[in-house]
Amino acid sequence: MVSNKAGQLTVNRWRRALQGLAALVLVTACSMAHGESLVRYGISMADIPLTTGQPDKGAGGYQFTGHTLYDPLVAWEANIASRPGKLIPGLATEWKPDPQDPRNWRFKLRHGVKFHDGSEFNADAVIWNLQKVLETKAPQFDAKQSAQVRPRIPSILRYRKVDDYTVEITTKEIDALFPFQLPWFLIGSPAQWEKLGHDWAKVALQPSGTGPFRLDRLVPRERAELVRNPAYWDKTRLAKVDRLVLLPIPDALTRANALLNGQVDMIETPPPDVLPQFAASGFRVVQNVTPHVWPYHFSTYPGSPWTDLRVRKAANLAIDRAAIVKLLGGLASPAKGQLDANSPWFGKPSFEIKYDLAAAKALMTQAGYSKAKPLKAKILIAQGGTGQMLSLPMNEFIQQSLAEVGIQVEFEVVELENLYLHWRNGAKADMNAGKGITAINLGYVTADPFYALTRFAYSKYVAPNGVNWGGYSNPKVDDAIDQVKATFDPKAQDRLLAFVHQQMVDDALMLWVVHDTNPHVLSPKVKQYVQAQHWFQDLTTIGL
Amino acid sequence: MLMFVLRRLLYAVPIALGVTVVSFLLVYLAPGDPLNAIAPADAPAEVIEALKVSYGLDRPLPVRYLLWLQRAVQGDLGASIATGRPVSGEVRSAVGNTLLLAGVAAALGVLVGCLAGAVAGYHAGGPLDRLVTALSVVGVSVPHYWLGLVLTIVFSVRLGWLPAMGAGPGGSADWLWDGDHLRHLVLPALTLCVIPLGILSRTVRALVADLMQREFVLALRARGLGEAAILRHVARNAAPTVLAVAGLQLGYLMGGSILVETVFAWPGTGFLLNTAIFQRDIPLLQGVLLVLCLIFVGLNLLVDVLQPVLDPRMVRQ
Repeated sequence: MVSNKAGQLTVNRWRRALQGLAALVLVTACSMAHGESLVRYGISMADIPLTTGQPDKGAGGYQFTGHTLYDPLVAWEANIASRPGKLIPGLATEWKPDPQDPRNWRFKLRHGVKFHDGSEFNADAVIWNLQKVLETKAPQFDAKQSAQVRPRIPSILRYRKVDDYTVEITTKEIDALFPFQLPWFLIGSPAQWEKLGHDWAKVALQPSGTGPFRLDRLVPRERAELVRNPAYWDKTRLAKVDRLVLLPIPDALTRANALLNGQVDMIETPPPDVLPQFAASGFRVVQNVTPHVWPYHFSTYPGSPWTDLRVRKAANLAIDRAAIVKLLGGLASPAKGQLDANSPWFGKPSFEIKYDLAAAKALMTQAGYSKAKPLKAKILIAQGGTGQMLSLPMNEFIQQSLAEVGIQVEFEVVELENLYLHWRNGAKADMNAGKGITAINLGYVTADPFYALTRFAYSKYVAPNGVNWGGYSNPKVDDAIDQVKATFDPKAQDRLLAFVHQQMVDDALMLWVVHDTNPHVLSPKVKQYVQAQHWFQDLTTIGL
Repeated sequence: MLMFVLRRLLYAVPIALGVTVVSFLLVYLAPGDPLNAIAPADAPAEVIEALKVSYGLDRPLPVRYLLWLQRAVQGDLGASIATGRPVSGEVRSAVGNTLLLAGVAAALGVLVGCLAGAVAGYHAGGPLDRLVTALSVVGVSVPHYWLGLVLTIVFSVRLGWLPAMGAGPGGSADWLWDGDHLRHLVLPALTLCVIPLGILSRTVRALVADLMQREFVLALRARGLGEAAILRHVARNAAPTVLAVAGLQLGYLMGGSILVETVFAWPGTGFLLNTAIFQRDIPLLQGVLLVLCLIFVGLNLLVDVLQPVLDPRMVRQ
């Protein structure tokens, strides 16, 4: 009996142990099945960009609270790294100009798309969103959103609903490049705005778009938690992680420390000094061609030392760009013009931008200058800020390089916000010409034909009518830009834009130095991330 | 005593009014356009003009000041140009976070500073005094930013003991007094406490060393009092000065160290000021400055009121 009892006890003990083990396995399996995949992303901004529909903080803001929460009518292909993206259907499945009057563009809208709040996307929603940013008297007009997007969709004159799934947008003049403006214009839910009592501050906390992520939580200046939208209409772009937490960490070293410490899983814009440590710790640095250029934009007005083409070319030949890339820890690529040489709009400039000290000195000699008799120029630079890279060390490097060929550069250093004021007003303005400033150093986004080329090269956009800062005017370039606006064949457009670019390079409109490569560092945990050749990044590609 | 407090309160009114003028006008001295916070850099002139009108920036400065003051006395500090969020809410959460950090840092600084200063003063001229004096000089001289980075590299990156940034696993909105959150407080508080610690230890050291030489200490000894009782008398005599210095230090810390809060991404007033300055977010900048200055004035007032409690001779004077 005793042995039977003991045997029974042993059996019971084993049964309980097995039951416990089974329960443990079940719980583990369940938690694994329901365990949320999470990526924490340390971003370089001091605050989360606006979440109401049109993000602030420039082109970079769109990747975080723009194309994650919302969709545009015409989207930018941002989930490919090997080549530049192109315009692709977003909430509009097709768009074309009216052959009778090409100013009228018809957009066929996607059926069956719902906003995060469950309301339906249709033509009324598109019109409501256009009114939101373009009609000051509309009840839903929001000055902040309008300020962000209005400058980016300058061609729109009027719009109307044709039927529930067709809208017509009329441009001010024939503008074949108009679709390039539309990835900036995002569509939010009118129903959500109604539901939240017409209060944009509340919409900021509970936004509703059609995008691949929904906003789950927003703590201003601290975090935005985005969760996967499983009902997203584009099944090829479903988010790979369940939750993406955006953490604003403006200080580059703090971002790097947070990544090394495991508080975040990926960061953007790492400090170059820390790259060896990242590599040694198994972190992956991802970078790609990015539509950005770091130039000196010359004034070509009378009295500027840069009116002489030989001097502008000499300045371009005096810079050892490979050394600057090294200074930046390899996180840049040497510029051969306004655009990357692989761009379809690069063209075939006859002036090759490279480091050729002898040629630079020869050009300066022809122009009547030398190290002993230098040309003097004052340049406005920023102490740092978005897009300015390592502003001060890079400028000092260039100052020394230009001195080698007989260009004596003096800097006027201001904060970036102040520099924008000088930029908007143009080289001719008293705040520039009156102070002897004849060039300005400002990182430029070069994402589309307008941003990369026409705004700087078209004589109609001479500041203050635009940001053709230095007053550049070339009738051949103007003519090509006029033609491209009326050319709807993409290949012909590319040819014309390439001509514009090669003219800009041949005229040495700027001193082009490097392109940013928008570096990101991923912890070993983050296995997937496609970095597009653009400022618009597709965060659905982030995966574990 | 009541008259004393009332007089001090009355003095605070013109100071507070002066603070509003300075807070409002100072930010306009900086170059740059506040609309850069909201409009893209290449926004056309008509967009900028429309924004100026919608934000009231087209009105004369005195009109803007009076309108702002009228709202401010009712607790409405306007809305941030950059985010549209009410400034009062932004400032409230940031002040709460800085109060937490500055409170811990000040407590640490005052406690350790007073203890170290007292020991050094009591042993004036000895090796302990020299050690404390040397450490306090280092404390007041070491740059915050550098110290914060070094502490982070050692304790976060190398040893992995403490978080490198942030105000808790879920941010400051979820703050709890538990280990997970307190760990986030350690490095910024340590970094921030170094200056008050250095200043307090030097002040207390000088006071104690001086008081120990006074005749009343000799008299106390002559009456046969023990060292502990003598030290209690010395502490009572030193307290008003220590309180004044500690109050000032807490005021400075409440201003939020821009650098420390930026290094640790701590969402306090320093971090907020940094954001507001770089974005030229004038309403936010004015709101933060006003609240911080008023806190400073309030702390001084509190110190003024508390000092006679510790030393009744001050009321008689």
